[in-house]
Amino acid sequence: MSPRPGTKLLDVAGGTGDIAFRFLNYVRSQSDFNSLTALQTSTEQGVDINEDENSQVSGRSRDCHVTVCDINQSMLEVGMNRATQSGITSGISWLKGNAECLPIEDNSFDVYTIAFGIRNCTHIDKVVEEAYRVLRPGGRFMCLEFSHVSNPLLRSVYDEYSFQVIPVLGQILAADWDSYQYLVESIRQFQNQEDFKRIIRTCGFRAVTYENLTFGVVAIHSGFKL
Amino acid sequence: MRNSMFYTCMLFPVPRHMRNMASVCVKKSLSYVKYLKFRRILKLNCFSSTSFGVRLHSTSQIGSVTEEDGATQRGQYRGHRPTTPLQKTLLTLGSAAMAILHPDRGDMIATLGDVTAETALKQIKQKMESDPIGQQILRDQPVISTSTISIDYLGSLGDNTFGKEYWRFLTKHGFSPDARLPVHYVDDPELVYVMLRYRQCHDLFHTVLGMRPNMLGECVVKWVEAIQLGLPMCAMGALVGPIRLMPKHRQNYLTTYLPWALRNGQNGKFLMNVYFEREWERDLADLRQELGLEPPPEEPYPR
Repeated sequence: MSPRPGTKLLDVAGGTGDIAFRFLNYVRSQSDFNSLTALQTSTEQGVDINEDENSQVSGRSRDCHVTVCDINQSMLEVGMNRATQSGITSGISWLKGNAECLPIEDNSFDVYTIAFGIRNCTHIDKVVEEAYRVLRPGGRFMCLEFSHVSNPLLRSVYDEYSFQVIPVLGQILAADWDSYQYLVESIRQFQNQEDFKRIIRTCGFRAVTYENLTFGVVAIHSGFKL
Repeated sequence: MRNSMFYTCMLFPVPRHMRNMASVCVKKSLSYVKYLKFRRILKLNCFSSTSFGVRLHSTSQIGSVTEEDGATQRGQYRGHRPTTPLQKTLLTLGSAAMAILHPDRGDMIATLGDVTAETALKQIKQKMESDPIGQQILRDQPVISTSTISIDYLGSLGDNTFGKEYWRFLTKHGFSPDARLPVHYVDDPELVYVMLRYRQCHDLFHTVLGMRPNMLGECVVKWVEAIQLGLPMCAMGALVGPIRLMPKHRQNYLTTYLPWALRNGQNGKFLMNVYFEREWERDLADLRQELGLEPPPEEPYPR
């Protein structure tokens, strides 16, 4: 994503805050890095540190804001607890809402992310349309999701592992066979990379690309509202 | 619900003859292995479509059996999780390991029991069918729960009765007769009640044998169950459980309890053929004598 100072992020189905915390840590470390390099360069060049400029940069980093939206209140509460425990008190807000019908105005965010959430939504096209609506022109849609492995040999190994082993592990380690059975099935019934790319394009995004991770087990799709 | 979601997705873009096949398979509740192969056959038809918005809500239009909680029954009975031989092996090893490391994981003992029990359950069922009381139990299929038994009634019985002793067992340890886990991994629906009956009677075995639900008591009960019922999980528990005994109990176990358990297991009446629900008001010592059980070395709940 490489967020710049002042970015407003909407993280959908991200109740537990994984993306949100990483985003905030990244922009804060960037602002620390920037002020550190500004300090170094100015001392090297013997120029006085322009405090206004510096605070402006870090101030804009403090402008970075992430709104975490989730349909499930319990997930949001887990995220809120984790935020308190990590000492993150500013730059984050929590919103309960349905990804197919976001309680958000048009054109209000710079980046929209949804990580491992879209396959659980009932109408994927509606979710992508909502993403288009709430993003500003120039805004970026990013989706991280399980996808399809194209290599047949790897796919058969992955399928066997998914269906034979994962629910068993779920039962033994988490006493929950059913959730993990649902997980592996929901992965299979989700669109493959190309089909999902087509959906994103149809909803209006441009420069739609995807990047496979681990031979296609996971894919990151990205599109811009242009 | 999840199964029907999947079948909805499969049925939408699929040609009619395959759609009919799908609905037939769902109605007949195909086994898990066939379900996997069937999915692979239809996968290409489903995923190459340009249908947007895969419907994930549950639908009752396909003719699948919907359970009370909205889930679709995918096995032979409610709660059935069909498993392949590899999964059974993994479950056996994994649940056995987890049960040893964390004996408080009752669900692991239940899983281990389910997965390994098929042959033993058939033999238990045969023994029940060849006994008049066993036949009655199989016919009535009584269930021990708070809706069928009143705890207060048990507490109101005389001090020496079997029912009162069971009441002491429940109240002293905070147990509820409702807490028995459902059966998931037994594949034959005819054997499911037998497994369930065994689980429900486990606490009653504790009571009639006079064993507390501590590690020592559990090992002893497992020995009796292993000898009488032949369930592999009971045998494993009986052999491996004592490893976790404290040294002070181990000595006691070897000299007193183990021989006592072996004698009771061999001489006692087949406990699955006891209609416990009719014996609440029975004198406990009387009942033990009738069942051929020696009284315990130590009273579990001295008055």
